[in-house]
Amino acid sequence: MPSFSIRKRLVASDGIFELEVAASFPEGGFLGIRGPSGSGKTTLLRTIAGLCRPECGHIRVDGETWYDSERGIFLQPQRRSVGFVFQDYALFPHLTVFGNIQYATGDRGRTEELLELTRLTDHARYFPRELSGGQKQRTALARALGRRPRLLLLDEPLSALDEGLRQALGEELRRIRREQGVTAILVSHSKTEIESLCTDILELPTCPSGELRLAAPAFA
Amino acid sequence: MNFDPVPFRVSIELGLWVTAILFVLCLPAAWIFARSTRPWLVWIESLGSMPLVLSPTVLGFYLLLLLSPKGPLGAFFLSVFGIRLAFSFPAIVIGSCVSSLPFMLGALKTGIVAIPSHILDASATLGKGRLETVFRVAIPNMRPAIFSGLVNTFAHTLGEFGVVLMIGGSIPGVTKVVSIAVYERVESLDFAGAQAYAIVLVGASYAGVLALNIAQRRAGRR
Repeated sequence: MPSFSIRKRLVASDGIFELEVAASFPEGGFLGIRGPSGSGKTTLLRTIAGLCRPECGHIRVDGETWYDSERGIFLQPQRRSVGFVFQDYALFPHLTVFGNIQYATGDRGRTEELLELTRLTDHARYFPRELSGGQKQRTALARALGRRPRLLLLDEPLSALDEGLRQALGEELRRIRREQGVTAILVSHSKTEIESLCTDILELPTCPSGELRLAAPAFA
Repeated sequence: MNFDPVPFRVSIELGLWVTAILFVLCLPAAWIFARSTRPWLVWIESLGSMPLVLSPTVLGFYLLLLLSPKGPLGAFFLSVFGIRLAFSFPAIVIGSCVSSLPFMLGALKTGIVAIPSHILDASATLGKGRLETVFRVAIPNMRPAIFSGLVNTFAHTLGEFGVVLMIGGSIPGVTKVVSIAVYERVESLDFAGAQAYAIVLVGASYAGVLALNIAQRRAGRR
């Protein structure tokens, strides 16, 4: 059962505040974390991926400890089995769709399988600048799944898309996650997005600067 | 007018050596200056920019003291490798490396700063180490900056005069570069000879700058 408990100091435009959040949810589950912008959602995902270092706490996934402040454990992001879909997709501009996915998989067969899964086979030779928002999003998802991660992290994956596309891609996201059987965490400011996709939900309260945020356990 | 092509050979060899050495040295340095937040680094970075504002003769004077058989670097080379550095080809390579350093360092740093940090993070979450990320993500995404660093460094080294004259003198086939050849022709009132060297330098410099601007336009359109 993936679980984390994190305390991290955040510098926001209106001062410093502390993000304190803990949750555990079942393996194969889909945890949605909702909160207004500036509440530390992205920082939380970056911390789980190992791109940020928290002040204290722990992160455990599949019985493996990625971070434990008391035992002095901090695994570098390279050693954590995560797939990260960034809010702006962070596709490599110099590589085609195929190249982006191949960079993660290192295996042609797996790349072709993911292209098919995300319905991108016809766009394999396109560069990111030639793709629509939805196609970029699917490329980012395929790339994030490339290494068969234990934990998929999604940062506002649908928020940059228009309404119609959002629904279609939400559906696709649910199907792909089910087919790949991957445990996932999604952060978003949209209630409907989270309620339609996720199996467990965690609310991050708005936090005025200086106030200590209390841990909100997810209901598993 | 007798036209001697040897200074061109010396200039081009010098340019190639300096450009190659500076690229290898400046890439990791530029990375540190662009990405590290350590406050004391600005002191070192400012030293690297000094050749931009310092008179080449002052630079050449201190380099001469450093490279002479009694200077620290000169003494080291003499005792360990048996090489007399002052007034040799390696001396003008070292001197030109110092005077062209800001051109390479500045271009590479600008290129590294412009890389969106998300794509470097993405590479890390895909399990790639720092070195692999540099070679497979960072370098391909800073090609215009690398090109600009290479062309500017090479062109500046071709035009270098003060530092080369101070520490290299004007030894034909060894340290006599094109810009010094121009100077000597003018000194001896051989304007036609000076013209022959100068016009090639003008042409080469224009070609370099033109190629740079075309490349930057193409990169901007993408």
